[in-house]
Amino acid sequence: MMGENYDLAIIGGGPSGLASAIRAWKMGVESIVLLEESNFLGGVLPQCIHPGFGLHYFREDLTGPEFAAKLLDQLKSTGVNVLSGSYAEHLEIKSSGEKEISGYMYGRAFKVKCKAVIYAAGCRERSRFEVNILGDRPVGVYTAGEAQTLMDMYGVLPGSEIVVVGSGDVGLIMARRFALEGADVKAVVEVMPYPGGLTRNIVQCLEDFHIPLYLSCMVTEIKGSGRVEGVKIVRVDEKLNPINGSENYLKCNAVILAVGLKPRVELLAKAGALIDEATGGPVVNDWLETTIPGVFAAGNVLVINDLVDYAAEQGERAAESAAKLIHEGLPAFKFKRVVLGRNVRLIVPHLISCIQDVTFYGRVGKPEENVQFRFEEIGRAFKLPIARPSEMFRFKISADDLLRLRDEKIMVNVVKV
Amino acid sequence: MGGLIRVAIIGAGVVGASISRVLSMFEDFEVHLIEKEADVGWGVSKANTGIIHAGYDDEPDLFPLRAKLCAEGNLIWHEWVKDLDIPIRWCGSLVLAFNSEGEKILEELLDRGIRNGVPSLEIIDREKLKMLEPSSSKNATAALWAPTAGQISPWDAVAALVENSIANGVKLHLSTEVRGIKIVEGRISGLETNKSFLEVDCVINAAGLYADKISEMAGVGGYYIKPKKGEYLIFDKDAEPKVSRIIFPTPTPISKGVVVTTTTDGNLMIGPNAQDLPQNLREDKSNTYDGLKFIWESASNLVNKLPPRNKVIRFFAGLRPEPSGGDFIIRDYDEVFGFIEASGMRSPGLTSAPAVAQMILDALKAKFDLNPKLKAGWNRYRRRIKRFSEMTFEERIKAVNENPGYGRIICVDELVAEAEIVEAIRRGATTIDGIKFRTRACMGTCQGSSCTYKVAVILARELNVPLWSVSLKGPGTEIGIGDVKALFKEKNKLEGENQG
Ligand SMILES: Cc1cc2nc3c(=O)[nH]c(=O)nc-3n(C[C@H](O)[C@H](O)[C@H](O)COP(=O)(O)OP(=O)(O)OC[C@H]3O[C@@H](n4cnc5c(N)ncnc54)[C@H](O)[C@@H]3O)c2cc1C
Ligand SMILES: Cc1cc2nc3c(=O)[nH]c(=O)nc-3n(C[C@H](O)[C@H](O)[C@H](O)COP(=O)(O)OP(=O)(O)OC[C@H]3O[C@@H](n4cnc5c(N)ncnc54)[C@H](O)[C@@H]3O)c2cc1C
Repeated sequence: MMGENYDLAIIGGGPSGLASAIRAWKMGVESIVLLEESNFLGGVLPQCIHPGFGLHYFREDLTGPEFAAKLLDQLKSTGVNVLSGSYAEHLEIKSSGEKEISGYMYGRAFKVKCKAVIYAAGCRERSRFEVNILGDRPVGVYTAGEAQTLMDMYGVLPGSEIVVVGSGDVGLIMARRFALEGADVKAVVEVMPYPGGLTRNIVQCLEDFHIPLYLSCMVTEIKGSGRVEGVKIVRVDEKLNPINGSENYLKCNAVILAVGLKPRVELLAKAGALIDEATGGPVVNDWLETTIPGVFAAGNVLVINDLVDYAAEQGERAAESAAKLIHEGLPAFKFKRVVLGRNVRLIVPHLISCIQDVTFYGRVGKPEENVQFRFEEIGRAFKLPIARPSEMFRFKISADDLLRLRDEKIMVNVVKV
Repeated sequence: MGGLIRVAIIGAGVVGASISRVLSMFEDFEVHLIEKEADVGWGVSKANTGIIHAGYDDEPDLFPLRAKLCAEGNLIWHEWVKDLDIPIRWCGSLVLAFNSEGEKILEELLDRGIRNGVPSLEIIDREKLKMLEPSSSKNATAALWAPTAGQISPWDAVAALVENSIANGVKLHLSTEVRGIKIVEGRISGLETNKSFLEVDCVINAAGLYADKISEMAGVGGYYIKPKKGEYLIFDKDAEPKVSRIIFPTPTPISKGVVVTTTTDGNLMIGPNAQDLPQNLREDKSNTYDGLKFIWESASNLVNKLPPRNKVIRFFAGLRPEPSGGDFIIRDYDEVFGFIEASGMRSPGLTSAPAVAQMILDALKAKFDLNPKLKAGWNRYRRRIKRFSEMTFEERIKAVNENPGYGRIICVDELVAEAEIVEAIRRGATTIDGIKFRTRACMGTCQGSSCTYKVAVILARELNVPLWSVSLKGPGTEIGIGDVKALFKEKNKLEGENQG
């Protein structure tokens, strides 16, 4: 096992990594290894037992496990060497450009050498400490994914009186999940004046279960010495500052945090890849190649996706690029920069070659109705009835359009019409 | 006095554990170390700055025990950390002055240090300060340099002391709370606990924040303990800039001030503030807005730049057991033969603990008129759990070959392997916090959100208990309230009862 050679190594066996493995195989890459830290494949999918997956990718409404099963079915007919239960710890770039990954699994410490790497490590959840929830540090404070794992992978019920922090889709779905087990979901608390999740989820996850949504409210403190006993909630003004005298106390025995996700970029950053502050993921060009040649990124480690479909799509894209690199090499380019304009909080890819079609993924900074996304320099615009920070935008621009770009950069602006 | 002297030490903090290690060296004692929590070192000894002070802080005329024992303790720790394989950095400490007033205080500290017998103290100028600590504030005009100070991992220290004590015959009683002390004809006869009655001849009170209560149980004391809270912020390992020395401001009469330091695990840490709490709030380790704000501002003055706030991965707090008299309380009583105090262990109690233990041994010798005999087989050494994260790749291959569980990574932030967790359980961990402090699992960037359940799964397997009943820190802190259908089962049961 020591020092095995492959053309392509994929790190992460979530939807993005799986889709990339399948695609790379179909593109004729014959020696592929896939490293997955867990003992099972699928990433976060197996723990997401609710529907809402795959409407774009499979044109079907699937649960997380069903989506994963479909990918695993396809994977079976490939010759990809899958190493589950193996953690990729370190990536080293040799002076020859060859990549070497050190990894560990039960009974083995190993190194694999390869020509290209697709990094699809997903994301981690933000903790209470990152959003400054003060007070005591008792048991019963879980991130949404942690609670989901405990409930739906291991059959452990974390609490009976629940406060959910954050009204993104993840928070809303977890609120409903607890209600379905007979728990008393006291509230979903959201600091912004508008909910973070889809309207569909507000209705199906909260209203149908009579779960109150507290907007413009913030959980500031957790109380309880052994187990959680309650939370302190305070109203905030337009600038998100706490309003004096608006404090309230809610009794509960578990607090579920759905307060944001962060790409797991540590391995890439240590290997020297440039990280974008806005996405938290690596800076990539339109091959989804990081600033380390031959190392590609896809899925939630590239940019936090709302939809698994996009994560899988990025996986495929990275696979096509890696296949091209392995078979014929990627052309050297002087890339042009994609620049954040008005009300655009983040966008990928960061660099474009203008010789191929590009799918842009991004998010706006604040919600706006009736907007146009303008790519001024090439005279392209896309209309949207509503743009919300919680919903990723996705636009495809053809190589023909991009060829018109004369400047060194292209700026994206959101404009009200 | 014939036969073994049965000694009960109340409290498995750094003080009780140091005493138990010292007593474990001799044939004359049967030692019981008694702790109310599910693990050792979870009192004051868990949450503090972890500095082995050089010994210039304490005024010898006002606080003779603090002054003497701190300087002595520092010397002994230099040996103990080697015997017991305790993580430490002997990095030295700096007290910064920002003006002539501050420089005057430095002179006082230097003078005090010399009186306390602290070696190698030196007042240094800006140039040398910059050389010793490039991150220190540009505004500092001078500093007191104390090269003998060190940064220890305080919880590891307690674990090491206890493991070594057990290896030498000490009996550890966890989850055992002392509720009363039986005295017959002016002599200690035993301890009442939540579990059983323990017959002993001697009780050593090392109960930290609750020492005054224990003293009351013995009908002596006459002092009280007041909690004084100190909060901290910890940064991620990759946060820049770092400091390589311990940096203090010039002290005030209330405290030594907010410190900037790097823990033995490589995390930048700032704190503590000092907030007096009412006597009844001895469990209030909550973090406060004002406390954290104060720490941030104070620490900002000591260095050129702190890492960005979003690099903070955790905050926490500890309580100092401030004795009403100010100094440590180490004494026995004529009224109750065999009751000995090792209490009022405020700062620098961690530093002083080994010297306190020596003093307690002397007190026992005098009290019981002993000339204790060294155990023939006494083992001075203890090794800590081999950390995968600290090995080279070649060492890792070897470790994995010897024990395949070293290849299964449980906590990716801290690179903790399953084998380490299993070993921690073998050494006495029964809770998630027990694992966390022994191995650092769950202590990284994600603060456990991606590995707590994995640790719990291993605990459930090894202890053979249902997963939901695995606890964070003992009874009442189980990770769940039952299996997923628990609420429905409860409801159906109630409905069944109503019908029946
Ligand atoms: C509560 C919740 C609800 C959701 N609901 C929906 C929904 O209704 N519809 C929808 O479309 N999407 C939903 N999503 C989002 C969707 O699940 C994600 O977008 C998608 O899983 C991201 O895929 P990924 O492959 O990038 O990452 P992941 O699924 O996170 O997979 C990454 C994998 O990489 C592995 N890994 C990481 N580092 C290493 C390493 N160094 N070595 C080896 N392996 C490693 C991890 O173990 C993991 O298995 C939901 C997500 C959550 C959390
Ligand atoms: C914020 C802060 C910063 C500090 N910084 C430093 C520093 O940098 N350097 C330094 O030298 N010192 C420092 N100190 C002081 C140092 O931490 C303490 O002096 C030391 O930890 C005290 O140890 P202990 O064993 O006496 O107490 P503890 O660690 O509290 O041990 C007492 C034990 O007794 C147990 N117990 C209590 N009642 C009972 C009962 N009835 N039955 C059974 N068990 C019982 C408790 O559970 C506890 O585990 C600091 C303290 C604080 C709070």
